[in-house]
Amino acid sequence: MKRIGVFVCWCGTNIGGVVDVPQVAKAASSFPGVVLATDYKYMCSEPGQELIVQAIREHRLTRVVVAACTPRLHENTFRKTLERAGLNPYLLEIANIREQCAWAHQKQPGRATEKAISLVRRAVAKASRLEPLFASTIPVTRKALVIGGGIAGMQAALDIADAGHQVILVEREPTIGGKMAMLDKTFPTLDCSACICTPKMVAVAQHPSITLYTYAEVEKVEGYVGNFEVTIRQKARSVDHTKCTGCGTCWEKCPTRVPSEFEQGLGTRKAIYVSFPQAVPNKPVIDRRHCRYFAAGKCRVCEKVCPTGAIDYQQGDQLIKEKVGAIVMATGYDLFEWEKVYGEYGYGRYPNVITSLQFERLINASGPTGGKILRPSDGKEPQSVVFVKCVGSRDPAKGKEYCSRICCMYTAKHAHQVLEKLPGARVYVFYMDVRTAGKAYEEFYLRTLQDGAHYIRGRVSKIYPEGDRLIVRGVDTLLGRQVEVGADLVVLATAVVPSRGAAELARLVGISCDQNDFYTEAHPKLRPVEANTAGIFLAGACQGPKDIPDTVAQASAAAAKVCALFSREEMAAEPTVAQVNQFLCYGCLECQKVCPYRAIEPVTVSENAAGKKIERTVASVNSGLCQGCGACTVACKPGAINLKGFSNEQVLAEVDALCL
Amino acid sequence: MATLKLDVENPRELLEYVQRESGQPVEKCYQCGKCTAGCTVAFAFDLMPHQIMHMIRLGLREEILRAQSIWLCTTCVICTARCPQNIDVAAVMETLRILARRQKALPTGKARPVALFNRLFLDSIRKHGRLFELATMVLFNLKSGHLFREAETGWFMWRKGKLKLTPTRPRGTEEIERIFARLQEVEGEEDRR
Repeated sequence: MKRIGVFVCWCGTNIGGVVDVPQVAKAASSFPGVVLATDYKYMCSEPGQELIVQAIREHRLTRVVVAACTPRLHENTFRKTLERAGLNPYLLEIANIREQCAWAHQKQPGRATEKAISLVRRAVAKASRLEPLFASTIPVTRKALVIGGGIAGMQAALDIADAGHQVILVEREPTIGGKMAMLDKTFPTLDCSACICTPKMVAVAQHPSITLYTYAEVEKVEGYVGNFEVTIRQKARSVDHTKCTGCGTCWEKCPTRVPSEFEQGLGTRKAIYVSFPQAVPNKPVIDRRHCRYFAAGKCRVCEKVCPTGAIDYQQGDQLIKEKVGAIVMATGYDLFEWEKVYGEYGYGRYPNVITSLQFERLINASGPTGGKILRPSDGKEPQSVVFVKCVGSRDPAKGKEYCSRICCMYTAKHAHQVLEKLPGARVYVFYMDVRTAGKAYEEFYLRTLQDGAHYIRGRVSKIYPEGDRLIVRGVDTLLGRQVEVGADLVVLATAVVPSRGAAELARLVGISCDQNDFYTEAHPKLRPVEANTAGIFLAGACQGPKDIPDTVAQASAAAAKVCALFSREEMAAEPTVAQVNQFLCYGCLECQKVCPYRAIEPVTVSENAAGKKIERTVASVNSGLCQGCGACTVACKPGAINLKGFSNEQVLAEVDALCL
Repeated sequence: MATLKLDVENPRELLEYVQRESGQPVEKCYQCGKCTAGCTVAFAFDLMPHQIMHMIRLGLREEILRAQSIWLCTTCVICTARCPQNIDVAAVMETLRILARRQKALPTGKARPVALFNRLFLDSIRKHGRLFELATMVLFNLKSGHLFREAETGWFMWRKGKLKLTPTRPRGTEEIERIFARLQEVEGEEDRR
């Protein structure tokens, strides 16, 4: 016979102010198997836990029910309490009488008490059927994969490598550096972005523990926490980087010019190119889509001029396999494609309506204009610059519902830079709110105001050309008037969206995305850098719009999590995983279809049936991959799958206790 | 209401003028609206104090000088006391009234009697060296077209002996006259409209 102890918590007045706690304890003492039921003001406190330990010893309890707050908060706390008293930690059941009772029914204390008693009855019914569970251990490969070589990926890679672990950094562009390498200055300190970004790029390239794959993409991820197997596709560069010295003769002589991605289309590059002069690695790739040789079979100029014979037109893609223990997602962001939806801003037809990232290239000393602010249509210096914020952000109808977080600050920076570089120029900023939640951010914004930037609270309804200028019509809600202003240059603060292909990569890696395709963290407050799949961590804007300080902080946090995982050769695996009863399984594999973690695989078993040896297919759960969500147990038609700690028998007993 | 054109000539000129004359950092205004929130005469204003501050920044001179609010401001200085950016908003309003006078901008509507009273008050000071209440009251009622405005108060004051039939002449009237003459020299002939 099980000896069950019930411990009801007051949680100060959180529970005790609504629910009649002593009455719940009294009622619980009459439930089957209960040998002790008591209450205490704060069960999670030291004396509260000591009360449980003493009671287990004194009353020889074999199962424990704690009626308190949500198990998300203190299940682990009380499991450790049981362990201290010598009980298996999984012989604990929590009845949530705070979030699901006291807080929800504050106005009906009598019925809340009744419900609390029912919830405890349910917990007791389950507790009497609990079995001890034992955590297994799995080995950990102490090598990390970082996907994305922007500031987030570089920071995470450097931190993990500095802790003494091997890191593989994969970047799909020909250079690392990401968006930060494109920026001119960074708010609020106005540090030159290149001066703080390019040294990091060099540090990554030179770090003995970091293996860098640029112009490469992750193609396949298999395995589970501590034991991932990753396939990386090294795209053909058509240049042998072991021979190339990066002398630059090839891209000087290449006859084909195409718009440069790095310059956001404001400048050009050659078909054989390095993205920018400080690129890492500083060796070119051939863009086969635009190369004359690959398109028409003629040219080969680069091959002729290359002094080291490094050009290799035959080079093919290479597949590289790596074993890693942890993965850091650092895929960054892209800008919302405003041209497709904002007809009122001209659908991208007016050359003098540009994005903020294009503006960054315009003011960048290494950009297409050498740092001079010149309008794209005719290269004239603008006398009036209008900034429009929230283009795609906070616009559920045409764009995204969320705030992109960085635009208020970079627009303040842009406004400041215009006023600094073009004395006498006029700057208007159309905004809905000015959000400056960061250290020294509000001060920066106020300084921009004092510089003379005109902040107009309201959205823009239309941008249209008049002569060689643009007219911007909007509203000033503070004046309650429709307003109009002439502009030589209009800069749109376009929304931050996940990097192209982020959702596909999430499916490939096995993590989930939110409705906007940003990667979902395991818990928004308490586990913000972990994905909901064990062993996969998040850094930077792939998880949500973020500025550089927050990105670097999150990258270092993700690195710390990876290092914690790598601190031991083996790790404990959560025992609450699914288990297949292979005698009942008839191999329909419905479970495999619903498993979000790809933890179920078919296996062949051989058995004797009526004297004959037969082989049949059944499902098998990889306990390293299984996260214990229970989806398979619902899908299983013969009821062959049980989730340990939530078995069918246990769950049905709970339902009976509540409903019968 | 017509669309407001923000393209004005020399947009910083007005801001710089107001900042210089009032000594107040209007450019620091971040449009929180605290001045309007506490304004005791906002019920009568056509442009709210924060809108006036905003328009100064934008250089919208015509809009501001047309506003009745600058005349209706009672200089109760609640706005000044509460401004988080420490801008003396009431001093800015005063600067705008002076500007309106200098620009010979005609007050309209509710602003007209206020401007008229201000002028008659100063005329009386100039002429007599101190306020000659009876004449000022009668002139104000005549010129504003409300003959019996505040007549009851006037009768009450008369009975108490507070209204004199003839102006009293304090000492130093010559100095006061010189102040006005100097003012005229600096500011030019006053617009008598």
